[in-house]
Amino acid sequence: MRGAALLGVGSHRPAHREDNRAIAERTGSSDEWIRERSGIVTRGIAAADESTVDMAVSAGGKALAASGVDARDVGLVLLATCSMPGPLPGGSPEVAHRLGAVEAGASDIGAGCAGFTYALALAADAVRAGSAEHVLVVGSEKLTPMVDPDDRGTAFLFGDGAGAAVVGRSETDGIGRVVWAHDGGQYERLVIDGSPLRLKMDGRAIYRWATTTLPALARKACAQAGIEPSELAAFVPHQANLRITESVVKALALPDSVVVARDVVDSGNTSAASVPLALTRLVEEGSVRRGDPVLLLGFGAGLTAAGSVVRCP
Amino acid sequence: MTTASTLSRTELIAGLAEVLEEVAGTPADKVVPEATFDGDLDVDSLTMVEVVVACEERFDVRIPDEALEGLRTVGDAVDFISGAAK
Repeated sequence: MRGAALLGVGSHRPAHREDNRAIAERTGSSDEWIRERSGIVTRGIAAADESTVDMAVSAGGKALAASGVDARDVGLVLLATCSMPGPLPGGSPEVAHRLGAVEAGASDIGAGCAGFTYALALAADAVRAGSAEHVLVVGSEKLTPMVDPDDRGTAFLFGDGAGAAVVGRSETDGIGRVVWAHDGGQYERLVIDGSPLRLKMDGRAIYRWATTTLPALARKACAQAGIEPSELAAFVPHQANLRITESVVKALALPDSVVVARDVVDSGNTSAASVPLALTRLVEEGSVRRGDPVLLLGFGAGLTAAGSVVRCP
Repeated sequence: MTTASTLSRTELIAGLAEVLEEVAGTPADKVVPEATFDGDLDVDSLTMVEVVVACEERFDVRIPDEALEGLRTVGDAVDFISGAAK
């Protein structure tokens, strides 16, 4: 079987930023309280006329440019999102249409905050199997309109944005075999429902699940790629909350040589967009170099998780 | 792992103090029955989850999320752990 690899990445960050002050005032907390519990200092908020699809098109276009792949050579567009305005239509056909990916199939992937890493695994398998020559994988979220602005526990947590990656053929496999898992018994821990749609989260239960489950998944993903966690160039977990990241880093005993993505500080939790946003940042800042091994680990509502070690584009 | 049912109350407090020091860096002499987690010991709700997970391992008990609300002081936690002991 042939190999698959990341060819390029790109991101879209909304121009409008919001720091903790107004949120703290509204919810009766403080900037310090928010930072202590989440690490979040600021987040991007999509404009009223900046949709999930708009951000996906922006990030997807940049990923195509970075990879040097023509949109007409994309065989499949996968959009990981949980923040389309309604159940239908999915956003991926419009993303493909606007980018000029005229020959591509298009489908949305729903796995909450783990959506991007699930979609990436499916993309890699599609390329390896020959179902598509190139796959554009996008995570895009406009979650903030679904967050209760007065809820002390979630109002500060989320942000908007998009990230994308192009997966294509490679002589050597640059996307390690995925490790995926679920705990569907805890399906009620994070939901978006009601009218208007509202996000509700049992943060403490998710924190417990994440900090107790993710270290073993991370080790397994590394083992499947044939490397030790300490040999990673970078660790890019879903940017849920800095406290979860630090807990997993500690459990894995990652040395200082492993760059840890902490984009949550500036972006908040952007759900399925967080992993490609954080990865793109590390690539653009030069914190990782081409070929470096990076562990991507998505997790969230469902509950679901998926991760794999990829080689940097 | 130590089974909580074989431990005295003093031993449980000492064990909890070791957990708190490991997880939150709390000085052992502050871990007294009347000390509150969020006030006296400066253990916030997320750190409390880590304390609970470490206690489950150490004392071989199950402390469900629903029970966390009731664990305000060191004494509450010790009572719960000894009550939940197998």
